[in-house]
Amino acid sequence: MADTSATNAFVEFERVQKSYDGENLVVKDLNLSMPKGEFLTMLGPSGSGKTTCLMMLAGFETATHGDIRLDGKSINNIPPHKRGIGMVFQNYALFPHMTVAENLAFPLEVRKIGKSEREEKVKIALDRVQMGDFGGRRPAQLSGGQQQRVALARALVFEPELVLMDEPLGALDKQLRETLQFEITHLAHELGITVVYVTHDQTEALTMSDRVAVFENGRIQQLAPPDLLYEEPENSFVAQFIGENNTLEGVVTEIKGGTCLVQLDGGGLIEAKPINVTRAGERTRVSIRPERVEFNKDRMQEGAHTLKAEVLEFVYMGDIFRTRLRVAGTDNFIIKTRNAPDQVRLKPGQQIEIGWLAEDCRALDA
Amino acid sequence: MSDTADATNDTSEQAGPVLAADGTPLKRSLNRALRRQKLSALLLIAPLLIFILVTFIAPIADMLFRSVENQIVQDTLPRTTQTLAEWDSESGETPGAPVYKALYEDLFIAQERKLHTRLGSRLNYELTGASSLFRKSGRGVDDIGEVYQDQFEDLNDFWKKGENWNALLGSDAWLTEISGWKKSTGDVQPPFEMREGMAELLPETAEYYAIFADFVQNDDEDNLYKEDPWALIYSAFYDDLTGPTAAQIASYTGPASAELGEAAAAAPAFETVDYKAAFSEIDKDWGKTPIWGTIRAYSPALTNGYFLNAVDMQKSPDGPEFRPDNERIYGTLFLRTLFMSICITVSCILLGYPVAWILANLPARTANLLMILVLLPFWTSLLVRTSAWKVMLQQQGVINDTLVWLGIVADDSRLALINNQTGTIIAMTHILLPFMILPLYSVMQTVPPSYLRAAKSLGATNWTAFWRVYFPQSVPGIGAGSILVFILSIGYYITPEIVGGTTGTFISNRIAYHISSSLNWGLAAALGAILLAVVLGLYWTYDKIVGIDNVKLGG
Repeated sequence: MADTSATNAFVEFERVQKSYDGENLVVKDLNLSMPKGEFLTMLGPSGSGKTTCLMMLAGFETATHGDIRLDGKSINNIPPHKRGIGMVFQNYALFPHMTVAENLAFPLEVRKIGKSEREEKVKIALDRVQMGDFGGRRPAQLSGGQQQRVALARALVFEPELVLMDEPLGALDKQLRETLQFEITHLAHELGITVVYVTHDQTEALTMSDRVAVFENGRIQQLAPPDLLYEEPENSFVAQFIGENNTLEGVVTEIKGGTCLVQLDGGGLIEAKPINVTRAGERTRVSIRPERVEFNKDRMQEGAHTLKAEVLEFVYMGDIFRTRLRVAGTDNFIIKTRNAPDQVRLKPGQQIEIGWLAEDCRALDA
Repeated sequence: MSDTADATNDTSEQAGPVLAADGTPLKRSLNRALRRQKLSALLLIAPLLIFILVTFIAPIADMLFRSVENQIVQDTLPRTTQTLAEWDSESGETPGAPVYKALYEDLFIAQERKLHTRLGSRLNYELTGASSLFRKSGRGVDDIGEVYQDQFEDLNDFWKKGENWNALLGSDAWLTEISGWKKSTGDVQPPFEMREGMAELLPETAEYYAIFADFVQNDDEDNLYKEDPWALIYSAFYDDLTGPTAAQIASYTGPASAELGEAAAAAPAFETVDYKAAFSEIDKDWGKTPIWGTIRAYSPALTNGYFLNAVDMQKSPDGPEFRPDNERIYGTLFLRTLFMSICITVSCILLGYPVAWILANLPARTANLLMILVLLPFWTSLLVRTSAWKVMLQQQGVINDTLVWLGIVADDSRLALINNQTGTIIAMTHILLPFMILPLYSVMQTVPPSYLRAAKSLGATNWTAFWRVYFPQSVPGIGAGSILVFILSIGYYITPEIVGGTTGTFISNRIAYHISSSLNWGLAAALGAILLAVVLGLYWTYDKIVGIDNVKLGG
């Protein structure tokens, strides 16, 4: 679960709880610590508590219980404007009655920084996001991407050590989002700032972050680097939520050493890696990533476990083929194969045999 | 499909206007396509447009025109104003005899038509006493002409009878018709026709007889044939007989030539009338210059007199000048109206802004509930609300009683909260407050809370965040509310009338007074036009300073 052991923690949540109505907890017992310079993403469906966590960190919401520490000091009673945390909002929140340069100068002005120094810093900040020529414009005269760049520059201009981003790219189109994802991570690493990034877009989370905290129902379900999160999900929610996933339900019949045997509800006995199953007789969901499934006997690895399958649908997606199969009673078993010259294109109705390695197949909670 | 594509490609390559698929210029095609839309839009608004034009714009335009319209002097005294034009008003002397003669003629006709009192009332706005002067003169003017009437009738009984005058002046054809006409038959009376040559032979007599005939036949609807002429006809007759056309009378051979010849021979020996003396005898004011100056100043069909009056000025021989200090009221009244409207607007902003803020930041359900409280005054009659303030604010009223009871105010020095400016400002602020809150609320609703959060995250204190970020964005709401409240209050009537007393009334109360009590509609129209101009001027200034685009009533 959440990692609280770090001693060099820069941002710390300790047993934080939050309730709006006194009946339901929006955030349940949150423990989180992140070192300086880390890019951490809070990922989760809407209502999972991730934005509330961000708002508590920014100071716009107060924790009902628990302690939030920044650089070792508790910030529970510090008002937002004294926390010195930069923040980027989903709707950009650029002040419409000020020009871009005035927007950027605002945090410097309230910090009583001299005019010449202010202008210099604004210029540097704007150049940093390639918006140097737009200082005189009003936010309304900029495109969404440009506004987001300005918002980013404004959050960075007063050199905060911690920057919070609340779904900053949510309103942009795909291509622009990808460009900005790259730019944001690049900037964050270049400036050495610590970033807490909130999103519900898993691709964004995987591509940008050092670590991802998957939120669900007010709890962190898993906190791990992207590769571990994808390849070694700790529970079936994470497995389902991150990437595409095949789930087969069944009952554990035997656990021995590093593997277990699962009797599938739809028939068939498979070998899997036990993750959070502890004893025989327990119900489980077995998770297999679509790209780890092989149907070509020649390529199938040694020791792969096989099951019979019927092809239901074949979708050509350019770089990959996505094939839907009926396996062990479920109609929603997906396999993904690379579009290589020697790749076979399956036809609906075809009977095939599929297989995978036991370690790619994870027996999770039901 | 492919055809259309080709056509589009072709046209885009052509020089000159872009053509539509069928070869007509694209602009014309587009216009034709839009015309239907425009027409149906026009048809939809047409009923309202016509209604507003007829019931609103046209009456206002007509009313405003009254502020410069001054036809009455020229219409009632046409000859006087014409002859008076030559009079040198700065000489300090009364006009010459021809003017008095013209006045006699005009006034005689006017009093027969009962128009002289209206003119008197009109001139009374400019010169006190003119009304009674004209009424008096109307009664006396009959006697002046009788001097000649008596002499002609003494000379020959022939001149006593209306039918003889008709025989002399009427055409033969008309005489035949009129002699056979009886009122009782219900036929239309044959309209009087002048005998040929009479206009040259007896020009003045002919002129006035035509007026007399028209008056008798059309206004009084009497039988002209039997009607004895006015005294005015006799004086005109005398003028003709002694005037430049008298020599031609000898060659006249038509009906009554014998009597005409006899009169022409006797007239030069008649006793004459000194019109000037006669008028001075009726009222000595006619022998002084002010009334003549006034008549002359107001003889043009259009006048700036009402407007001068409305800004506390008057006409004088040296052009417009300010009235004496003790006669100036409108300038003060305009300034007071402006000042109080500004006070009311400012108090509405101060009281309404926090309320709108609360409403905009509450959850929608609660906000709607509270909004009903804001709108509640709209459901109560304006008169009831104003009267309630009267109860609240008077010296023995609720507020004073409470203050005395609390010991804040001594019983013998109760606050004067009503029948003065304070009362008007308090009551009108309350009445106009919703007009401030509503636009403020709807503008504040559109300001996302993230702006304030962003400002705070950037290091601004609560106050800085509000003042630098939130407030500027709510300015359009303040602008819209202020325009509404200010324009409504500057023309407000009922509340200042009831709670304003003498010092708390607005210009609109004065306008109402002139409309309904003094009946000086011209002045009322001038005051109204100035008020309209002031509002438009302020609106223009506002547009220049704040920009009307910045005014938002919502979203």
